[in-house]
Amino acid sequence: MTTRDLYQRDREWHPPALAPDYKSSVARAPRLALLSLQSSASELTGPTFGHGDIDPIDNDLIRNYAKSGDPIGERIILHGRVLDESGRPVPNTLVEIWQANAGGRYRHKKDTYLAPIDPNFGGCGRTLTDENGYYTFRTVKPGAYPWRNWVNNWRPAHIHVSVFGTAFAQRLITQLYFEGDPLIAKCPIVKTIPDQRAIDQLVAALDLNATVPFDSIAYKFDIVLRGHRSTFFENRPEGN
Amino acid sequence: MVQALNYLKETASQTAGPYVHIGLAPGDAGFDIYARELGRDITGPNALGKRITVTGRVIDGTGAPVKDVLIEVWQANAKGVYPGSGDVEDGFRGWGRVIPDFGTGAYSFETVKPGAVQGRNDRPMAPHLNLWLVARGINIGLNTRMYFDDEETANAADPVLNLIEQTHRRNTLIARAEGNTYHFDIRLQGDGETVFFDL
Repeated sequence: MTTRDLYQRDREWHPPALAPDYKSSVARAPRLALLSLQSSASELTGPTFGHGDIDPIDNDLIRNYAKSGDPIGERIILHGRVLDESGRPVPNTLVEIWQANAGGRYRHKKDTYLAPIDPNFGGCGRTLTDENGYYTFRTVKPGAYPWRNWVNNWRPAHIHVSVFGTAFAQRLITQLYFEGDPLIAKCPIVKTIPDQRAIDQLVAALDLNATVPFDSIAYKFDIVLRGHRSTFFENRPEGN
Repeated sequence: MVQALNYLKETASQTAGPYVHIGLAPGDAGFDIYARELGRDITGPNALGKRITVTGRVIDGTGAPVKDVLIEVWQANAKGVYPGSGDVEDGFRGWGRVIPDFGTGAYSFETVKPGAVQGRNDRPMAPHLNLWLVARGINIGLNTRMYFDDEETANAADPVLNLIEQTHRRNTLIARAEGNTYHFDIRLQGDGETVFFDL
């Protein structure tokens, strides 16, 4: 079990807690500074998951809630790698996703948008990366949906993504957007991120090479988690 | 110019949004899809140590409970060992997901009281739970810790609590015992604001 420190998180790259155009951040952002904490075992360990925790169908949103047929919508394959900042794959880590259906409606008791529920679509999936850090999902492309921020705000099509890594301090939740969506540039949640390059990194690219002809189109989305420091001199460096 | 370092940048965080339960706790969103929902049982049946209940609320800057928060817990077992870094009881995961009641915002979970863990430079840390909060309006998950008010001596020597310059703020991380129940409110902003960490 390695307990090497992590690279410092770049808090100018991530969104700040307080981003007033995203209104609900205003009362939910700490006003005092975060306390910087050098990592101990509490931060450098984290939960692990195995194939006993999930079922093989869990990564197939076309099938994992199908009742009477397939969900309606644009069939997509979503795939990519989980890497760390040094470019090393993160194997056997849990990736979880959730999303609205093709019409922008979530299967959640708190969602009251008038677009209908799809009886064959749940909207969540999970998988473990393989030994090379690869993951794959099959789903339908989610629709945009309106939300109560400004009077006329619409979220771009997006899929929520949750990843663990090997350390509790690597824990990350983000959102994936789709190449070419004109709503991305207008979204106050996207724009909580100050650096356009960080936004671009959240936009999944159309990947024709990974499509299944006459079946599903594909998007590629790589995820980067914090990297681990080498312990030069103290132990044998494990390479950067 | 100099050589490029060629590190990748970490994927930027985004809010988990109000419907986080769909992905991470679909039963709470209102539908059953997975044979096994993850994070429902922190300790497993074989865990040693004192069985405890932790309860409280997450409160926003207006004083209102945050009813759509999701909290993840990460803790050592009663002997101070984290799963993956030593032997723990069969079934002890040390990790869990906690969702408050949608109506009241009150959360509650069962676990065992963790033992002391070695911190940096082999200094022991007082027993604590590591907590990570995500919700609508929270752009990047918030890290905090919960300590126990019946561990006064250990808390006084804890290297992390002692980093908090304003000593009265240390109390924001200490849960109040009432029998085997510990009360722990988390205040995101304003009076009594909980200490959050940059890890």
